Amino acid sequence: MKGDLLTVKNLRVIFHTYRGIIKALNGVNIWINKRERLGLVGETGCGKSVTSLSIMRLIEEPGEIVDGEIIFDGRDLLKLPESEMMKIRGKEISMIFQEPISALNPVFKVGYQIAEAIAHAENVSMKDAYGKVKDALEMVGLDWKRTMNLYPHELSGGMAQRVMIAMALVTKPKLLIADEPTSALDVTIQAQILKLLDELIKEMGSAVMMITHDMGVAAEFCDKIAVMYAGNVVEYAKTEEIFENPLHPYTRGLLKAVPRIGRSEELEGVPGVVPDLVDPPPGCRFHPRCGDRLDVCSSKKPELVEVEEGHFVACHLFHGGVRT
Amino acid sequence: MNLIEVKNLKKYFPIRKTPFSKPIYVKAVNDVTLDIPKGSIFAVVGESGSGKTTLGRTILKLLDPTSGRILFSGQDITDLKPKEMRAIRRKMQIVPQDPYNSLHPRKLVKDIVGEGLKIHFKMRSSEIYERVREILGYVGLREEHMFRYPHEFSGGQRQRIAIARALVLRPEFIVLDEPTSALDVSVQARVLKLLKDLKREFSLTYLFITHDLAVVDYMADRCAVMYLGKVVEIGSKDDIFYRTSHPYTRLLMNAVPSVDPRNKKDKVIPKGEIPNPVNPPSGCPFHPRCPYAKGICKEKEPDIVEVNEGHWVKCHFPL
Amino acid sequence: MEYQESERISRWRPLIEDLKHTMYLWRKNKLAMIGTVIILGFIIVAIFAPVLAPYDPYQQNLHNRLAPPSREHLLGTDQFGRDVLSRIIWGTRIELKIIFLVTVISTAIGTIIGLISGYFGGAVDEILMRITDMFLAFPSLVLAMAFAAALGPSLTNAIIAISVITWTVYARLVRAETMKIKSTLYIEAIRALGAGTFRILFLHILPMTISPILVQMTLRMGTIILTAAGLGFLGLGAQPPTPEWGAMVSDGRLYMMNAWWISTFSGLAIALVVLGFNLLGDGIRDILDPRLRR
Repeated sequence: MKGDLLTVKNLRVIFHTYRGIIKALNGVNIWINKRERLGLVGETGCGKSVTSLSIMRLIEEPGEIVDGEIIFDGRDLLKLPESEMMKIRGKEISMIFQEPISALNPVFKVGYQIAEAIAHAENVSMKDAYGKVKDALEMVGLDWKRTMNLYPHELSGGMAQRVMIAMALVTKPKLLIADEPTSALDVTIQAQILKLLDELIKEMGSAVMMITHDMGVAAEFCDKIAVMYAGNVVEYAKTEEIFENPLHPYTRGLLKAVPRIGRSEELEGVPGVVPDLVDPPPGCRFHPRCGDRLDVCSSKKPELVEVEEGHFVACHLFHGGVRT
Repeated sequence: MNLIEVKNLKKYFPIRKTPFSKPIYVKAVNDVTLDIPKGSIFAVVGESGSGKTTLGRTILKLLDPTSGRILFSGQDITDLKPKEMRAIRRKMQIVPQDPYNSLHPRKLVKDIVGEGLKIHFKMRSSEIYERVREILGYVGLREEHMFRYPHEFSGGQRQRIAIARALVLRPEFIVLDEPTSALDVSVQARVLKLLKDLKREFSLTYLFITHDLAVVDYMADRCAVMYLGKVVEIGSKDDIFYRTSHPYTRLLMNAVPSVDPRNKKDKVIPKGEIPNPVNPPSGCPFHPRCPYAKGICKEKEPDIVEVNEGHWVKCHFPL
Repeated sequence: MEYQESERISRWRPLIEDLKHTMYLWRKNKLAMIGTVIILGFIIVAIFAPVLAPYDPYQQNLHNRLAPPSREHLLGTDQFGRDVLSRIIWGTRIELKIIFLVTVISTAIGTIIGLISGYFGGAVDEILMRITDMFLAFPSLVLAMAFAAALGPSLTNAIIAISVITWTVYARLVRAETMKIKSTLYIEAIRALGAGTFRILFLHILPMTISPILVQMTLRMGTIILTAAGLGFLGLGAQPPTPEWGAMVSDGRLYMMNAWWISTFSGLAIALVVLGFNLLGDGIRDILDPRLRR
């Protein structure tokens, strides 16, 4: 379970609250190869955002990374001093967020913020950086003369996301983390943004970790998909595999719940509720909601194992690589 | 028989630069005519600025119409005064979009759901308690949930509380404003199924506002597609999906990311931004982004054309 | 039925949870704790004044006037031989009465005006806000002095005067909150249910304004004491021989050189209680801050 660009091994993250300790990430394993696009799919509370923030080392109190390794390009990011991490953040690993207008600084013009990103990325002065803002804005399809002088609140959602993309990609990062980048956008705008990302990523040769709850976006954009539930990766495979041959009961339940145009069968939800992570279920965290659970599921946590080529599942039903 | 009839409805919001200058108008709903048959699920689909949310609220008279008529069960309710509306309100309810904000944060569930009964009926508190308990049972919540605050619940549960609140008065018509947009996919599936079951159980009529075409396919009988305050296409669900007539509808369907990974066809990606409803384009509002636009589209607003029975489109060159 | 939920909870759980969370945040906030201790002390002293005070605060002893702090009179005696400590202790009751009455009156007036102004907007809002502005235009102490002087110097009139200058704070606050709340989804939902204006204003909007009102109330209490002390100092508040702290500071002015303890200890009492309220108010504001809570 190793990627030649990023390998996250056994990541454990907790949050301290008055009610107790939230065990947000319970040994997450993720890996991405160079130029690969991984979709991190899951519902609220599964830990996908926490995972991405951990990779960027942006977890703050009351959160704490308590175990695991994040090997990026040969170095363990968790062992780096903050000064070294700052050289990686925004340069080798970039991130774009869900609400683009809120993610930009409201008191500075767009041109200034892009110049700032360029100055940081290429280690040049602001003056030199300003010269490159035009290229950056044209790269994302915006009218640079006009857009440079606007404030974030004067942009539409689509325009703001393009600005964010410009700021993230101007540094030609090795890895782009996109946290629900189109969830707040209209459908037609989402299509434009995804196409833009597709073209630019190909050009830059970056790898992408696309976090989304929208299975359609994951299907269209990503090569591989990791499904997360309650702090664990429960299934990891190529996109076609996930959709044609889902193995984990949660993945199957999720796919049955997605409405599709032209689909005639009844939708089915997943029964039960997402567990309380202060006192999570023992063993497999999905077992209380699982229709196929075995006795062992309530006592032993299933590990992520390769069951078919390139297809990994964390489920006792597939013990030892053999479907029981 | 039509439960709701909307005729040439307009809702404009004035914006003034100063309290004394002449206002400019956001034409949120700009001449909409539609009929909602009794017992149907009528979907209204659109993106930001389409006016679908404003339409829902105006039909319920939560906003005062600028012009046009609204009929409920044949009765013209457009000009009714607040006192007269009160009796009608019992029969038309809303389930708002955001379950995290649609319930009063400082009230217990039993008071939130029971309030409607207190307003409209003179009931003993024991009776109210019983009715609340009963309706919560229908949406899958238990008696003890009555004594909790909204923040104790997940999004899906909160939405069910909002549904219970709307149902407790036994209305005939419910406006569902993006009821599942804020929910996870697996929760959405359960809530949508619940809505279908409740419709059958209580003989309801729904106006279902959404931006998600897949949900429309699952839920709706009839559908209206809105763009910048106007209805551009209206028809049965099959008309909209299989006899698509308006270029915008086609564009919308193409833009939805397909869950079938083999379907990575070359799609027509829509160009341009959605215009501001303050300054809609001349002629057909969609012409700047329409791949089939011709000269006339910029000059003249299209007439309404009947494509097949019950299926209308507002376009110079229907597909 | 397919939709049944699987948890069992008791009726009181949500309230207890909320309280536990509040206590946790309270304990974590050191300044709030200090403020709480001071104010609790203040209230306890006021309640147990008859037991705690070693002497009768009105008891004069002209043989022992202007006596410095000693074992019999821990804080000395004033110009009439009255025990300063006892007067300060009994003074807590006066201060408490002032704070309580002013707060109740000004909060009531201000909240009603704020609710009406914020909810109805338009001309009603304009008129009410201009009236509020009129009151705010004057420096508060000057206005209080004017009222107190016009009505005649007495404790009751001082209370009225201070209420008159304090209500504006609540009016503005409640108006701002009301304007925010009236456009929320849950208010819209209740309108859709057919609720009338009265119900919406008092059963739905008002409960939501209680947190900010509570914070302001606590922060204001310090100011109220200071204003009352100021009025007392000028002779416009409680009249002698009532042991009001501001009046005591004023009394001691003449004797600052040779009997510094009269003004000083009274002044310190004022300072300590004001500090306590300010710390408490800050603490409450932090605790009630919705972002920190959830």
